[in-house]
Amino acid sequence: MVDTIIATNVVKRYGPLTAVDDVSISVGHGEFFGIIGPNGAGKTTLLEMIEGLREPDSGDIQVLGEPVWPRNAKLLHRMGVQLQASAFFERLTTREQLNTFASLYGTPPGRVDEMLEMVALTDKAGTKAEKLSGGQAQRLSIACALIHDPEIVFLDEPSAALDPQARRNLWDVLREINDRGKTVVLTTHYMDEAESLCDRVAIMDNGKILQLGPPAELVRRLDAPVRISVVAGALPVESARSIEGVDEVSGDKVSTVIATRRPSPVLAALAEANALEGLQVRGATLEDVFLDLTGREYRA
Amino acid sequence: MRAFSSLSSAMLKGFYRDKLSLFFAILFPLFFIVIFGTVFANNGAARPQVIEIGAVPLIDTLPAEAKASLDQAVELVQGTSLDDALQQVQKGDADAVLQQEGDTILLTYSSADPVGAATVQGIFNAFVDQANIAVSGLPPTYTLQTNQVEDESLQPIQYIAPGMIGYGIAVGAVFGAALTLITWREKKLLRRLRLAPVSTATVVGSRVTVSVAVAIGQLVLFVAISVLPFLGLQLNGAWYMAVPLVVCGTLAFLAIGLLVGSIAKTAEGGSGLANLIVLPMAFLSGAFIPLEAAPAWLVTVSKFLPMGYLVEGMKDVMVRGEGPSAALLPMVILLAFAAVVTFIATRVFRWDTA
Repeated sequence: MVDTIIATNVVKRYGPLTAVDDVSISVGHGEFFGIIGPNGAGKTTLLEMIEGLREPDSGDIQVLGEPVWPRNAKLLHRMGVQLQASAFFERLTTREQLNTFASLYGTPPGRVDEMLEMVALTDKAGTKAEKLSGGQAQRLSIACALIHDPEIVFLDEPSAALDPQARRNLWDVLREINDRGKTVVLTTHYMDEAESLCDRVAIMDNGKILQLGPPAELVRRLDAPVRISVVAGALPVESARSIEGVDEVSGDKVSTVIATRRPSPVLAALAEANALEGLQVRGATLEDVFLDLTGREYRA
Repeated sequence: MRAFSSLSSAMLKGFYRDKLSLFFAILFPLFFIVIFGTVFANNGAARPQVIEIGAVPLIDTLPAEAKASLDQAVELVQGTSLDDALQQVQKGDADAVLQQEGDTILLTYSSADPVGAATVQGIFNAFVDQANIAVSGLPPTYTLQTNQVEDESLQPIQYIAPGMIGYGIAVGAVFGAALTLITWREKKLLRRLRLAPVSTATVVGSRVTVSVAVAIGQLVLFVAISVLPFLGLQLNGAWYMAVPLVVCGTLAFLAIGLLVGSIAKTAEGGSGLANLIVLPMAFLSGAFIPLEAAPAWLVTVSKFLPMGYLVEGMKDVMVRGEGPSAALLPMVILLAFAAVVTFIATRVFRWDTA
């Protein structure tokens, strides 16, 4: 089967800066694909080249077997794009925004209600877009991207500047879209979002893809120690160090943290010592992967 | 077609739901039409006031007919004390004090108000000259007859209305085009539309259609209010030619808006730049003040701005009684201006703010 998106050796320069530096990715049909990395990593530039908004300096991009540049009318109906949460017509209500986009795509107006329901904005149908909260505006912009029932959906930082509750609501919407069989490509600088949603992620920094794969695999590949923490004083630091398989013990007034690559014997030993109060076990995350790759602290 | 109509409807709603743009494009010019149209309804400035002290037999013994014509030119009031009257002139409450000593008519004025002083001097000079001729018993050799070129009933509204219509349309079209472009670019809506199956021609076409429709709406509204009896605009000549004139003018203003929208990066910068163009253009077009008194270089500058052609064209066909052909040259100039400026705008146009 041909992949939905195939980008080969894509390069984009802005003056002396190489925003996207020889990137190759392919995204399969129905896949939930994430491009992650800090601000300025080149995520948006890469995404906009895949969408056909920007011309790569070199390299080739095919979507659904068609070249995306120059503006390819065959693809426009099959792609849904969310660029920014404020890409709305000024002073139109939620329903009017969706109606306008529906008519641009020649979609029957009946779909507007369906979309409103899907993104849980039915009760905000008469509210002007400017008056929506950040999370509501994000959901509306995603509804606008989905109004014509596209096969591929591109989302640029859909959860930027949302509070945790709104992010979780948005994740539910995104999962539902993917469950309906759509290919979803999103950029995010939240590693936990990528970890929770994406089938595969590409970690980007300075225009390059550092690693690509399923989040769990990337984390496992890292071979990072598991961190077991218990309430400080549950057992003396010295006895913690003496447990077999412990790499390192650190701690403060609140917790004692034990780093290990073999958690089973350590947990057993802790249980035996009756030192499991306040137990938390944390594996490595994508953030650790990023930290390991770049040698610097990840800052969202 | 559905894309075109829904884009047009989105833009139209964006316009009439915006209180600020409604104010500047509709209420503000309307306000000027009403204020200027009623304040200056008595044909310009008030009559100068002259205080008569003591008996002035030359005037007091005038036949009723001559007295009436003098009354049209100056307002004569009887004063009681000379000191009091002189003080009033000094304060600017009255324009002159009139006395007669023997055969000498004494007129005292203040140089603080040169226009008022010159007016009363002129009036009484002419008056005394005529009296001298009358006393000589000879028929006057020369007579001066003055006529205004326009209908004598011409009211200031005839000039104010076309100017304000031009101003309102300029504000509506320049700001409409510039701010649509800037905010759509800022919000990435321009990019978003590029990824929708809708052609650039459809987007531009709906913007032009909405602006032209708004401009014709403004024309109809402003004219409808100006012809109300208390303002008294009288349409004569090929006034219907104002419609194609307004269409051409709107295209020229849209081109300016497009250029402003292409250059400016933010909405604030865009409205600043649009004001910087529209306000001087309005003054230079004679919409607010007559341009006859302006220095020659200003008149030259005004020739490069479209609004003057629109306002003069509208005056010709709406109030000066000219035929339809009078609108043709302004229309051609406006269209040429629109074409040139649109071309420049497309050269500097950007999809992104960056």
